[in-house]
Amino acid sequence: MSDDGELDLNSLNDEELVQQVHDDLYDGLKEEVEAAVHILLGRGWTPYKVLTEALVEGMRIVGVDFRDGILFVPEVLLAANSMKAGMFILRPLLIATGAPRQGKMVIGTVKGDIHDIGKNLVGMMMEGAGFEVIDLGINNPVEKYLAAMEEHKPDILGMAALLTTTMPYMKVVIDTMKEKGMRDDYVVLVGGAPLNEDFAKAIGADAYCRDAAVAVETAKSYMAKKHNQLTAN
Amino acid sequence: MTLVNLKPSDEFEFKPGQGKVLLLACGALGREIVDLIERNRWTAFDLQCLPAKWHNTPDKIVPALREKIREAKSRYESIFVLYGDCGTGGDIDKLLAEEGIERLEGPHCYAFFSGQETFAKTAEDDVTGFFLTDYLARHFDKLIWEGLGMDRHPELLPLYFGNYTKIVFLAQTRNEELAKKAMAAAKRLGLAYEYRYTGYGELERDLKARA
Repeated sequence: MSDDGELDLNSLNDEELVQQVHDDLYDGLKEEVEAAVHILLGRGWTPYKVLTEALVEGMRIVGVDFRDGILFVPEVLLAANSMKAGMFILRPLLIATGAPRQGKMVIGTVKGDIHDIGKNLVGMMMEGAGFEVIDLGINNPVEKYLAAMEEHKPDILGMAALLTTTMPYMKVVIDTMKEKGMRDDYVVLVGGAPLNEDFAKAIGADAYCRDAAVAVETAKSYMAKKHNQLTAN
Repeated sequence: MTLVNLKPSDEFEFKPGQGKVLLLACGALGREIVDLIERNRWTAFDLQCLPAKWHNTPDKIVPALREKIREAKSRYESIFVLYGDCGTGGDIDKLLAEEGIERLEGPHCYAFFSGQETFAKTAEDDVTGFFLTDYLARHFDKLIWEGLGMDRHPELLPLYFGNYTKIVFLAQTRNEELAKKAMAAAKRLGLAYEYRYTGYGELERDLKARA
């Protein structure tokens, strides 16, 4: 403790400090998370270790409690905002240090829909898990998805929608990919509050991801399959 | 069926617990439904509402609807559900298909108050519009401002509303107080304000067909 009664993060050992980052992420304390990231880096931690052990693990706990109905959207948003602040510090360092890459994802909210909270969270968690993420933003027509796939050659296409009225547009994108003979070149993951597994199956997506943590796990497992196929060939 | 033993000048007050057709509705429509029943002197209806705050947690709607339907089915001639899809991703429709029950047409109350066709026509221009109905204007503070945690964390405002450009107030009644509230909500969110009077739209039409 410091003289004014506040916890001095510098006084904590590494293990305690990482635990504290998890707690501060959970409580949405952005400045504290930023400070802890700087301290860990100062102690010689690699940016990748800080990212995975402190930030990503902290957000995983937040995700579990959100799924279990212990945390609600506002708290998750505050936590995500804190993680974003930590990521902001780490991103250039990760690039400079050549952290391991899992794969590449193009992600965007579909045409007619401007909701991006979930999509942004998925993007951030995917980045945290080592994916390169190209975020197309909101209200994306099929042409924009196609152009991005052409330009960036991702492994995964992620589509998000929050509205019952806009989620059918995902099928438009997938059908267009089929018409162009490019559907099987990509893993297509879909997500958003009104979606479910049946819907994902019906529109021809590879998987429905109910939250950011599931998106990361699903993406990783598809990348592992792809890697195994390439090794076998 | 309309009431015939009252003079047109007599007040008609809706009394729950009577009527052969159960209207199972979102609480956000309760006031409007009662108003329509009383204005039209419909005696066929009974009304039960589920919490309107489930607007923010749609996964609670279907299990509660199922329970209400199963509990009420034997006691009424028919049941009519007054919900849109309301963010359930088709789960309300799946349930109603299993139970053989109809609901109001359309994805949400914005569409059936505006009229499905009108709503579809303006959809592109309204893509950055956040809709308020009378109910949402009346309960903006509780349901939206506090419900989304912006009272405790105003810093969340740009995360929730950063992509919106306007509030579109779809008014069911010509009520100046509500219009002022909707305008104040727009100001608070830093958005432009647009007023559209819709009346009760297809809600009235669909109830009339079952009265």
